[in-house]
Amino acid sequence: MSLISRNIFRALVQGSQHVSKGVHTSAVNTKENVCFAPQSISTLQPNASKEGRIKCTLIPGDGVGPELVYSVQEVFKAAGIPVDFESFFFSEVNPTLSAPLEDVVNSITRNKICIKGILATPDFSHTGELQTLNMKLRNALDLYANVVHVKSLPNVKCRHHDVDCIIIREQTEGEYSALEHESVPGVVECLKIITAAKSERIAKFAFDYAVKMGRKKVTAVHKANIMKLGDGLFLRSCEEMAKLYPRIQFEKMIVDNCTMQMVSNPNQFDVMVTPNLYGNIVDNLASGLVGGAGVVAGASYSAECAVFEQGARHIFSGAVGKNIANPTAMLLCSANLLSHVNLPKYSRMIKNAINTVLKDGKVRTKDLGGQSTTKDFTYAVIHCLS
Amino acid sequence: MSRNYIKELLKPLRESKVVGGFLRWLKPAGSVDTAGVWDGENKAPATRNGVAQYSTGVRKVTLIPGHGIGPEITVAVQKIFEAAKVPIEWDEVDVTAVRGPDGKFGIPQKAIDSVNANKIGLKGPLMTPVGKGYRSLNLALRKEFDLYANVRPCKSLDGIKTLYDNVDVVTIRENTEGEYSGIEHEIVDGVVQSIKLITEEASKRVAEFAFQFARDNKRKKVTAVHKANIMRMSDGLFLRCCRELATKYPDIKFEERYLDTVCLNMVQDPSKFDVLVMPNLYGDIMSDMCSGLVGGLGLTPSGNIGKNGALFESVHGTAPDIAGKDMANPTALLLSAIMMLRHLQLNEHADRVQNACYAVLREGKSLTGDLGGTGKCSEFTNAIISKL
Repeated sequence: MSLISRNIFRALVQGSQHVSKGVHTSAVNTKENVCFAPQSISTLQPNASKEGRIKCTLIPGDGVGPELVYSVQEVFKAAGIPVDFESFFFSEVNPTLSAPLEDVVNSITRNKICIKGILATPDFSHTGELQTLNMKLRNALDLYANVVHVKSLPNVKCRHHDVDCIIIREQTEGEYSALEHESVPGVVECLKIITAAKSERIAKFAFDYAVKMGRKKVTAVHKANIMKLGDGLFLRSCEEMAKLYPRIQFEKMIVDNCTMQMVSNPNQFDVMVTPNLYGNIVDNLASGLVGGAGVVAGASYSAECAVFEQGARHIFSGAVGKNIANPTAMLLCSANLLSHVNLPKYSRMIKNAINTVLKDGKVRTKDLGGQSTTKDFTYAVIHCLS
Repeated sequence: MSRNYIKELLKPLRESKVVGGFLRWLKPAGSVDTAGVWDGENKAPATRNGVAQYSTGVRKVTLIPGHGIGPEITVAVQKIFEAAKVPIEWDEVDVTAVRGPDGKFGIPQKAIDSVNANKIGLKGPLMTPVGKGYRSLNLALRKEFDLYANVRPCKSLDGIKTLYDNVDVVTIRENTEGEYSGIEHEIVDGVVQSIKLITEEASKRVAEFAFQFARDNKRKKVTAVHKANIMRMSDGLFLRCCRELATKYPDIKFEERYLDTVCLNMVQDPSKFDVLVMPNLYGDIMSDMCSGLVGGLGLTPSGNIGKNGALFESVHGTAPDIAGKDMANPTALLLSAIMMLRHLQLNEHADRVQNACYAVLREGKSLTGDLGGTGKCSEFTNAIISKL
């Protein structure tokens, strides 16, 4: 009986959240019974089922991915979060077991959200292909913007304190275009493509994001002094876009100087917008400043869907099966996912639990100087859910 | 200086030979292989490539003071060297751009001739005027003398407070191709294609240089930094060349790491790395990042090694705002000059000057403004001279 009453309550909360998201009126909250009408929910939230449950694509990934994803699932189960996972094994290093790209793409297009472990990208391909599976997935879904919010966590010992910057990276072109050829033996050309359309798109995304998050400054990271045309185009696009956002301060910085500033004074950065490769570098560098790959969450956005994955993409193959990986990043990803699908209550719940566990400092995984296992940490988070 | 060494210098044929089979693959098959000199410890050191020799033991070095604070800091270095009785004769040239016969601004011929004759140079910061028709002078010098490897040792200095201790990393960067090939074009409006060029020849010679450098400087490990998982052919080629050379240097540990992994690990634990070798862009980024770890460009020396010579430089800017005010910090140029001495195998002198410099930094009394002190450039210089 108590179970039923709890479920009804949850459905009520759910429904009201969906309605308020779609309609943006305060009136709906007064007549909550409206949200029981299944049609209204399904029109507002296409991936929500009749019971108000949300479907999410899940890609465990390679390396420690499956362990981390399991931790997320455990937490979701314990918190009673109304999200159903549609799981796909997707991997480049294990092509025979991997689900076909189309299936995964279809699922994500349908569900609009996905939580993803890191896919390993080997240095070579058996078929001689230059594109990695990651690139294919990003291109198929047009996941053009990668957002990594690097923020110092409580009680995580690092050299730098109060780091709080958002790195926005274009990830469908640039160096990751996979256009390479060997003109004559021993001479390889690799093309880096920069287009005005995509540069403008990412610049707009960055400024919009800065406005939305109430940030003050956008820094464009480039190397236009050397790559005058390519990075020049990117920089110009950012400059043009900056004119449309007079309240946001705009600044440009050469990538090598940026990395140097990052290690000596990371607090000066707010929002950064970068082409593909520089984004990869800055993401990892910044993640290193706040505690490593295990604590930084990220997300990739297209116009339609969002894929939540770790900010610094490392499969941590050395830790597979050892139960030592830090699930913080993945849990933060899942919390971001929940706030993305408008379940802020659950999102806060998970974030608060993580913060509590970190603040207590009793349960720490190896990368943060402790001896606890992935499971210990997961259970500690579950214990702190309230 | 050992007697053995002078004898070695006098050997007339030595001049054309190169260190330990340096660039061996470029040589015609019939040429003499000098790799053997490295086999035994008792053998005399072979001369470095591109070093002009004089029987008196005094080397002539081209000095390019540069712009902005350049002249002040070069004077500081000259003073210190004079006080330390370093057997070096300076050949000062000006490289302010002049308009060449092609209408473009470039390095004056006199400077080129000087470096070509001396095979070794020391350079202060250069300013490239903004505007069309100017090539970057740094780039022009690099091209002119085919300086294919950029070496930047980043070492934590006592007395310089940073968040990182025990940094001791050497970044070796391919300097002639890669992303900086300068080949770019706009295919249609709004679509630009930049070409990153990687060749086997250039990759191999920088890899060989890295391994040889590691061996010469008693380093343990060489890490190839790459992104071959994304750029499978180009970085793949670079990586293949490194692997191939690694087999020839079994005494040096070799590992390969992705660029992003190196960035992540470097800021967490820089002591994991020793010598890093990488293509152009990655090298540019990593070397600046590593200088950030030890306190900035004002404290990191840099050397460019080429087939026809070597150019040592300070990589910081010209700082026009403090130029002429006796406020500049000459450490970077001094450390570069010390690197040059080691390149010339004047190790004793190098050690003396280096110890004096480190001692002054450690004391922290006469530090210049950029290091949080109140000292003047001349005070700093005199402090070093008094420690010699």
